[in-house]
Amino acid sequence: MIRIESLQKSFQGSPVLRGVDFEIHDGETVVIIGQSGGGKSVLLKHLCGLLKPETGHVWVDDEDIVPLNERRLAPIRRKFGFLFQGAALFDSLTLFDNVAFPLREKRSLRETEVAQRVEEALEIVGLTGAGHKKPAELSGGMRKRAGLARAVVGTPKYLLYDEPTTGLDPIRADTINHLILRLRDRLRVTGVAVTHDMASAYKIADRIAMLHEGRIHAVGTPAEIQASPDPLVQQFIRGVADISQEVPSGNTTLH
Amino acid sequence: MTALFTRLWQALSDLLSQFGGVLLLFLDVIATTFIRRPRWKETIEQMYKIGWQSQAVVIITGAFTGMVFAVQTGLQFHKVKMDTAVGPVVAIAMLRELAPVLTGLMVAGRVGAAIAAELGTMKVTEQLDALRSMGTSPTDYLAAPRFWALVVGLPMLTAEAMACGIFAGYLVAASMLNIDGAYYWHNMLKFTAAKDVLAGLIKSVFFAAFIAMIACHKGFHADEGAEGVGRATTEAVVVSSLTILIANFFIAVVFNTIVPI
Ligand SMILES: Nc1ncnc2c1ncn2[C@@H]1O[C@H](COP(=O)(O)OP(=O)(O)O)[C@@H](O)[C@H]1O
Ligand SMILES: [Mg+2]
Repeated sequence: MIRIESLQKSFQGSPVLRGVDFEIHDGETVVIIGQSGGGKSVLLKHLCGLLKPETGHVWVDDEDIVPLNERRLAPIRRKFGFLFQGAALFDSLTLFDNVAFPLREKRSLRETEVAQRVEEALEIVGLTGAGHKKPAELSGGMRKRAGLARAVVGTPKYLLYDEPTTGLDPIRADTINHLILRLRDRLRVTGVAVTHDMASAYKIADRIAMLHEGRIHAVGTPAEIQASPDPLVQQFIRGVADISQEVPSGNTTLH
Repeated sequence: MTALFTRLWQALSDLLSQFGGVLLLFLDVIATTFIRRPRWKETIEQMYKIGWQSQAVVIITGAFTGMVFAVQTGLQFHKVKMDTAVGPVVAIAMLRELAPVLTGLMVAGRVGAAIAAELGTMKVTEQLDALRSMGTSPTDYLAAPRFWALVVGLPMLTAEAMACGIFAGYLVAASMLNIDGAYYWHNMLKFTAAKDVLAGLIKSVFFAAFIAMIACHKGFHADEGAEGVGRATTEAVVVSSLTILIANFFIAVVFNTIVPI
């Protein structure tokens, strides 16, 4: 379980998180939605200690990780898999070595076991046989899937997905959605995904939380969120711009 | 007036915090080296990239510096009939100053820029976050191998520049200045000693540490975007070059007090 308690974070004096309180239960997949630049990535990075808040706590399995230094965080971070927004594959390594990286860093597995688990992970994401390629040779969708393989290869308890489907065509995006669901159902992974892709959110979420102006503004199941009477929620999920900026109704060709 | 004062204060505190950052990184590298298992593969890879691949640049720099120095001193010394002093002058200058400083500057430009650009790109594409998210410290995986590769590699490159400069100077003296080669060589050996070589090599160890730590620090703290990486790269080269030139003076003074000429 991950518990976030009155988390506050600002950059150069401008607040991004203004007191986030939230709980993520074991086995569920939570999707955090919110505007671009609203602090979703920042929130995600606090969950495994990549960023430190000014105030507040992050409890991971009943341990507050906020006061821990990098060395003490290392074992906790191994419970996590992180899919970064741009996949963040290491340019200098082949795909195979990228996926093998977290396993080799543990230094407890033999190379034959590493190879076997890397092949399995590549198979899950549908990249069998692409292990020798360098990240630069891959398309955006393939990079995301490779990043996912690297995130899951160590069989983490928690998976953090930063915009897993953004920038992909609808079919590739759906492949990723299916992968996320499969990981939850087959490996019992607890997932936290950040996105502004509502189709994806409805598909993968057990619960959806909306981050607005640095706080969790609304939480609920996809059905509850869809039925929410809250104007801010409705505005966001239906993708309507501010009423004042809406295109005049006579100009329908622009829609 | 107060605005000027504020800006000066800002610049000073910025400088101090940069210096503190570089120092902390250095201490982290040293601690990491003793605590963690050494990363031989990455270190050897960096030695190849930093040391081996810099040789052409360093050889050309060393050789042509030795040559031009031999020509200029030769023409001057000829006026006072001290032609055979060209050998020791070229040798001492190459060993103590020219080889370590010029090699340091060339490597700061070539390697310092490459390190800052590579690590800066890793920073802005979240690859550093990815490393940390897997429980691996960027100091351990990235900074330490580059530090040790430079600390071992730069003295070797410097030695190469020394040898090339002295030999090229000898060739120029013997062929263009009509100085008797045997005299040149004899005088050079008579007036140089192991401590001259040592003075140059010790300097290069310091220069290597400056280049590695400044470039890694600049890369690790690059601002977002391509512009941020560009700025980190430029700053890494400028700051490490200036540090080399300034530190060169102080190291020379200290060394000469400890080991009198
Ligand atoms: N490392 C950082 N340094 C300074 N500002 C940052 C940093 N990371 C994020 N920010 C700022 O925090 C805000 C939220 O960013 P982010 O979490 O990336 O938004 P998003 O919801 O789109 O993921 C942005 O205004 C961004 O500029
Ligand atoms: Mg983001």
